Amino acid sequence: MRVTLKVWRQKNAQDKGRFETYELDHIDEHASFLEMFDVLNEKLIKEGKDPVAFDHDCREGICGMCSMVINGRPHGPLPRTTTCQLHMRHFRDGETIVVEPWRAGAFPVIKDLVVDRSAFDRIIAAGGFISVNTGQAVEANSILVPKENADKAMSAAECIGCGACVAACKNASAMLFVAAKVSHLALLPQGQPERYRRVRNMVAQMDKEGFGACTNTNACEAACPKGISVANIARMNREYLRATLLAED
Amino acid sequence: MRWLAQLFTSSLGRKYVMAITGLFLCCFLVVHLSANLLTLIPDEGKTFNAFAHFMTHNWLIRLLEIILFAGFLIHIVQSIVLVVQNRKARPVRYAMQAAHPQVSWSSLNMGLLGSLILVFLVVHIGDFFVDSRFRPEKLGVDDQGYVNLYGEVVRAFSSLPYVVFYVLAMFALGFHLWHGFQSAFRSLGLMHLRYTPGIIWLGKVYTLIICGGFILIPVYWYFKQL
Repeated sequence: MRVTLKVWRQKNAQDKGRFETYELDHIDEHASFLEMFDVLNEKLIKEGKDPVAFDHDCREGICGMCSMVINGRPHGPLPRTTTCQLHMRHFRDGETIVVEPWRAGAFPVIKDLVVDRSAFDRIIAAGGFISVNTGQAVEANSILVPKENADKAMSAAECIGCGACVAACKNASAMLFVAAKVSHLALLPQGQPERYRRVRNMVAQMDKEGFGACTNTNACEAACPKGISVANIARMNREYLRATLLAED
Repeated sequence: MRWLAQLFTSSLGRKYVMAITGLFLCCFLVVHLSANLLTLIPDEGKTFNAFAHFMTHNWLIRLLEIILFAGFLIHIVQSIVLVVQNRKARPVRYAMQAAHPQVSWSSLNMGLLGSLILVFLVVHIGDFFVDSRFRPEKLGVDDQGYVNLYGEVVRAFSSLPYVVFYVLAMFALGFHLWHGFQSAFRSLGLMHLRYTPGIIWLGKVYTLIICGGFILIPVYWYFKQL
């Protein structure tokens, strides 16, 4: 199939950037979106041009590295699908496809479609962890976890930290990501010791990174390749309120 | 005091403030509409004027009035801070953005809708509130000896441009409430499998009753005076 690509090209964080148009022919309809970009890059390299920089790693939909905004939707038009799992058969032959990087002040463009998502790492470092004693592992069955909580925690833990929620939100808010991490640990017994500190520190770091606030539009949930529910945001609101009111510091 | 700052100035805290003031203003709208509906009683405004007299001569109501103005002010100022912060969070806009069926138009335009309501509010306060409170002699008195606010209302609603402006503003309010009512609960962390569908339903019914009521009154008076 034949496609016209309008791709955002930007040399570095300082460059203003612009769209470049590329025509591609003989693209296999079963190629993934990233494979189509591989074809484009091989063509550009053969022509002696700079290939398009884009993030990718596992190409199995679980690592959270791929990150393009395709035709105005993070990860493209398919629900619950990462860019690497999106295939060209979902586009029309001859279609013009607009590809942009995640747009957020907290995610500065490094080059072309690659953005710096280390803000997420700093949020995790601020509290998205549990303390574990060294030594012999405790007997797992002695820690009781209600099935409902285990299910909710597992659903929240599905978050791959790709940042599509930030990209989709009109406020470039990181609420869904932070809420997924807060929920995942708040729901489990292992997350209790740091429960109050965690939510307060993670929210403080999120604000420091310059992400926006939540307007409850649900755009994040709609864009999330893992279908993380906005119920997690409500849970984080609850956790934060409880932590700020009840913590003794 | 870190906790107090977090409670009011963090991104989540600001939303708690928006939610609480928003729900407080929702309560006020119920009182306001109930009062306005009194103009529909066919007694030449006796009940309405008597009620207006009671509202302006009761110390508890006067106190609540100050809290009400504070509620409006905090809701507006906080929203401006949030809008500025949210805009700053995305310095470069997308060239292309696709609408999503799961994302309501109201939720994406709360700032715009709020601004429209603010314009209405300024005109509205200038029309009714200032005269009735600070220049009651301008309105005259009815035969009970009360300030004739009823006459002012009926007169205002005989003007087609004013009625159109009023009705359009109520649509803006409607869309604002359609999203805002249930969103406030979520901002406060109140989301529950059992209760949330009820809250969403209540929000819709509330919006229809409030806006329907506020639209009915000027339309009724306009056509009655044709």
